[in-house]
Amino acid sequence: MTAKDQTTDISALEGKFQQRIDAEQKIEPKDWMPEKYRKTLIRQISQHAHSEVIGMQPEGNWITRAPSLRRKAVLLAKVQDEAGHGLYLYSAAETLGVSRAELIEALQNGTAKYSSIFNYPTQTWGDIGAIGWLVDGAAICNQVSLQRTSYGPYSRGMIRICKEESFHQRQGYQIMMELAKGSPEQKAMAQDSLNRFYWPALMMFGPHDAESAHSSQNMEWKIKRETNDDLRQKFVDQTVPQIEYLGLEHPDKDLKWNEERGHYDFGELNWEEFIAVINGNGHCNRQRIQHHIRAHEEGAWVRDAQNAFEQKRKARKAQSAA
Amino acid sequence: MSDLKQDTINYTVRLGDDALILGHRISEWVSNGPFLEEDIALGNVSLDFIGRARMFYTYAADLSGEGKTEDHFAYMRNEREFQNYLINELPRGDFAYTIARQLFVDTYNHYFLTALTKSSDENLAAIAAKAVKETKYHLRRSTDWTLRLGDGTEESHKRMQAGIDDVWGYTKELFEHDELEQRLIDAGIAVDATRFKDQWLADIAAVIKEATLEMPDGEWAVRGGREGYHTENLGHILTELQYLHRCYPNSEW
Ligand SMILES: [Fe+2]
Ligand SMILES: [Fe+2]
Ligand SMILES: [Fe+2]
Repeated sequence: MTAKDQTTDISALEGKFQQRIDAEQKIEPKDWMPEKYRKTLIRQISQHAHSEVIGMQPEGNWITRAPSLRRKAVLLAKVQDEAGHGLYLYSAAETLGVSRAELIEALQNGTAKYSSIFNYPTQTWGDIGAIGWLVDGAAICNQVSLQRTSYGPYSRGMIRICKEESFHQRQGYQIMMELAKGSPEQKAMAQDSLNRFYWPALMMFGPHDAESAHSSQNMEWKIKRETNDDLRQKFVDQTVPQIEYLGLEHPDKDLKWNEERGHYDFGELNWEEFIAVINGNGHCNRQRIQHHIRAHEEGAWVRDAQNAFEQKRKARKAQSAA
Repeated sequence: MSDLKQDTINYTVRLGDDALILGHRISEWVSNGPFLEEDIALGNVSLDFIGRARMFYTYAADLSGEGKTEDHFAYMRNEREFQNYLINELPRGDFAYTIARQLFVDTYNHYFLTALTKSSDENLAAIAAKAVKETKYHLRRSTDWTLRLGDGTEESHKRMQAGIDDVWGYTKELFEHDELEQRLIDAGIAVDATRFKDQWLADIAAVIKEATLEMPDGEWAVRGGREGYHTENLGHILTELQYLHRCYPNSEW
């Protein structure tokens, strides 16, 4: 085959690939796909997986201190769910030909990212409420749209994960409700957590569409189904009545209903702070990764033992069969 | 209140204390496990123990009346009032240490809860019936891990042996009881652990042997949990566990 044939070959494949996507057919692991599509998916799915796993730390931070046994059990179950989401997403990424060990290595050496929201500290119990309500809430907005993503294993993963995320959001909101209708100190705790987590939650949707590096190709491939700004608007709109119902003050003083658009106009986000936190100036960036590395290294001898035991077991089995 | 009823409340709270304190310790593993599947599994086990504590405390609260709730027992009592066995409050340790404690406790609970399902107190019997199923799963896990670590690598073997040796002395008090428990044993309410001590020992010895480990030296024993005579660990557990609840007294969460 000549070089020219190969190019036409690839563009023919690409054409067919795009046709399938346009026809809303799911791409499955064994299907041909453009290399860039694969790479983009690995980046996005693994980033999502890492976020679930790193997110266990800020919430895990309150398991031993939860203020009631019921809340303790609910929080523990939530963090466990997040670990399950991580597993599920690592498996989805593995269908694209990358191993979990490679993905973890990339997280630990900084080449892979996780959601920067988890670089913020969980200082008070109210933060556990705010995270469930706002952070899981923002994640749901994004993930509901990803249920229709073009890659089959990712799409199916999202459908399953979204169900649990809605529980988390409800449970987080319940924490906020208890605080908001509690003592003045409790209400202040809720307001403070809302104030600290509201803006970072909005930033979870990523930069403005105009500044988003990957947006248009990803929309065409239907890796992304809705733009950052559209998703963010949805979240802003749905959160307003929730804040009202709690009787808390909205942190955004510029928030205003826009009759014409049928949406709320809202204040500009502090992107400088956002970028500063991503770039290592958050309270917890180093701590999160170092915690992950420490646990991973402390567990090395356990994983080795498991492998060694498995080897011995197999050898014994082979010997008794011989 | 009759003496037997008061005894039953105390006994039930003790069982709640055992479950809560161990559940607390295991929960410390979340995000610290050797791999993600273990984070989930340890979280599961911890949830089972915390759920168990809630059932025991809720029953004790019902029996005592006075508007008490499960949280009263968990959050409003001090170091000297908690009556869990010491083994449950020992630190998390490394993974082998955790597994050694679980092997001892899960094997014990298997016999203990099976016997408690036959308690003349229907509520205790019902809690035990639920818990004994979970314990089956816990025991399978701790047995499998003991075998893997004992017969894994040189390092894991060494660590597993150290875990077993270090926890061993805290198992003795699991098989002793005070007058309160004796009265309840006589009434058919409490479990007499002395009855299954030999079986427990035989089970442990079998697993340890299969795991190519050595039975620990039988001589040392640390006791005092049921009298509220604790190691230094418990105070720190309660400091953490109770701080928020006590900071905002009489609040709903
Ligand atoms: Fe999740
Ligand atoms: Fe998520
Ligand atoms: Fe979640």
